[in-house]
Amino acid sequence: MADWRGFWNTARGDSLRRRSFTLALLLPGALCLVVFLAAPCLSLVFLSLAERGEFGTIHWTLSLENYKRLIGFNLFGWSPDFLFIMLRSLREAFFTTLICVLLSYPLSFYIASRKSSFERFVWLILLTVPFCTNVVIRTYAWQLILGPGNPLAKLASFLTLQPPGAPLYPGFLAVYLGMITTFLPFTALPLYASIERMNWWLPMAARDLYAKKSTVFLSAILPQTIHGLYVGVVITFVPAMAMYVVTDILGGAKYMFIGNLIQHQFSQARDWPFGAALSLALMVLTLLSFALFKTSRLTRKGEMY
Amino acid sequence: MQRFKLGFAFTLVSYFCIVLLYVPSLAVIFFSVNDTRYGLSWRGWTLDWYRKLAQDPYILEAAWNSLVVAAVSTVVATVIGTALALGLSRIKKPGMLDLFVNLPIVVPDIIMAVALTMAFSILRAFSSLFDMGFFTLIVGHVTFQISFVALTVRSRLATMDKDMDLAAKDLNARFFFSFTRVTLPLLTPAIIAGAMLAFTLSLDDFIISFFTHGPNSVTLPIFIYASVKRGITPEIHALSTLMLIATVVLILLAERAATALTKRSRKAARKGLREAGGEAGAGGAGADGAAA
Repeated sequence: MADWRGFWNTARGDSLRRRSFTLALLLPGALCLVVFLAAPCLSLVFLSLAERGEFGTIHWTLSLENYKRLIGFNLFGWSPDFLFIMLRSLREAFFTTLICVLLSYPLSFYIASRKSSFERFVWLILLTVPFCTNVVIRTYAWQLILGPGNPLAKLASFLTLQPPGAPLYPGFLAVYLGMITTFLPFTALPLYASIERMNWWLPMAARDLYAKKSTVFLSAILPQTIHGLYVGVVITFVPAMAMYVVTDILGGAKYMFIGNLIQHQFSQARDWPFGAALSLALMVLTLLSFALFKTSRLTRKGEMY
Repeated sequence: MQRFKLGFAFTLVSYFCIVLLYVPSLAVIFFSVNDTRYGLSWRGWTLDWYRKLAQDPYILEAAWNSLVVAAVSTVVATVIGTALALGLSRIKKPGMLDLFVNLPIVVPDIIMAVALTMAFSILRAFSSLFDMGFFTLIVGHVTFQISFVALTVRSRLATMDKDMDLAAKDLNARFFFSFTRVTLPLLTPAIIAGAMLAFTLSLDDFIISFFTHGPNSVTLPIFIYASVKRGITPEIHALSTLMLIATVVLILLAERAATALTKRSRKAARKGLREAGGEAGAGGAGADGAAA
């Protein structure tokens, strides 16, 4: 017993104790993430090589059939439906992110320019409330506004954009409105955090030296806010790509995203292997977009700073 | 930071954003007190929908389920997430582990939902615990909450003044003592903030719950979604309004708690340091005494 205590007091014992404590701290969380997230994500690769049997069972074959289907080959030849859905998700996620960034910069500057700290606090709360509001509620609410007989739909039919009495959803406008209002706080909050910490003497000095407005922004503001912008873009683009709720409620069956397609494979279609292939495609598309974003000129400029 | 003048366009865009963000919620509130079942015109003020809501057993059950799942998963995730953050801070080069912990934040939530579904379908072969229901719902929520708690606590750990920790070490306080009396009090605001974040995330989550819930564990977002598919009734507007109010209250509470706790946590940490100092001063056995 005494020896045992002695061992803990030696340098080796102390280091061992510290290490085992660290391990004990890490273990539950790491285990949870491995079992429920990392391992199943890896097994998606194998599942995507399997095939759907009758009644939605899984046949463990090793074939690239699902990927062939993904790029459009089916029993009847070639049709690019799935490719279109993927491209649409990419395009919509890109434009949603872009519009959110374009709105977030002026908004964050405006909030940061408020003089009283209370006023800034109120604006931040105004951004945080939608951030924390349930996405299902915020999305179906647009159905109310865009519904038939409401001012917006009346205006649209008055401008002969659509037949009178028809709602403005499902459709392209409704999806964009839903997406932008869902993700605007996601982009704006991280951006504000970095704009608030910004060194304002730099853009001021640039202006005093008669730099063009675009130069002031690109050389004195963007590099300082690039970190917040990066975080904002990531947490907007990733969920926007995989969006399910907004496109389901406001887009309808004709306006599917890859998220809806994946959900469909795992529920009604009961085609898990194809769903796995689609999930992998979504992951690859997301990662590729990031690789592009990270190596773009814009980001490199920020890192030079 | 000095304040600066901006053009009028900035004001305009900002107000436009707020209108865009709040028009949907206001519409829901408007229709929740409107005395008409169908149609969208104003027919006078009523609280009938709220009364009907309180009598609907399905809605009450869904609300109860949501709260139970959020509460249980938040407690579990806060403990595990905090431990994870502390463990990571004790490793010099987290490297891959770092990326791994942030996985639930960067992986699209629908893929997380798919991954969880797969994990449960395999584990079901070993235990009926993994049949879709409360347990799977809670496990699903915990899995994504962990990262957010760990993220919040880690950002605090990174910016925390290390002086207090170092002071405790200098005073020869045993690890356990400095941990419970100095580190934890300093971390409390971040832990509470992380828990609050986890709680709201759990209440808000739709897609992961949608994949992992069972017939007996329908939560409010799933219930609302199903009603939207069937055709919205004014009761749903009333329910959504109540959820909106709950969100606002939660945020304001979190804000209050954060400022109050930050002050108190520093005090508590200083007290811990003084005690450590007192014991170190009392003699060489001080450190041992602290550990006992």
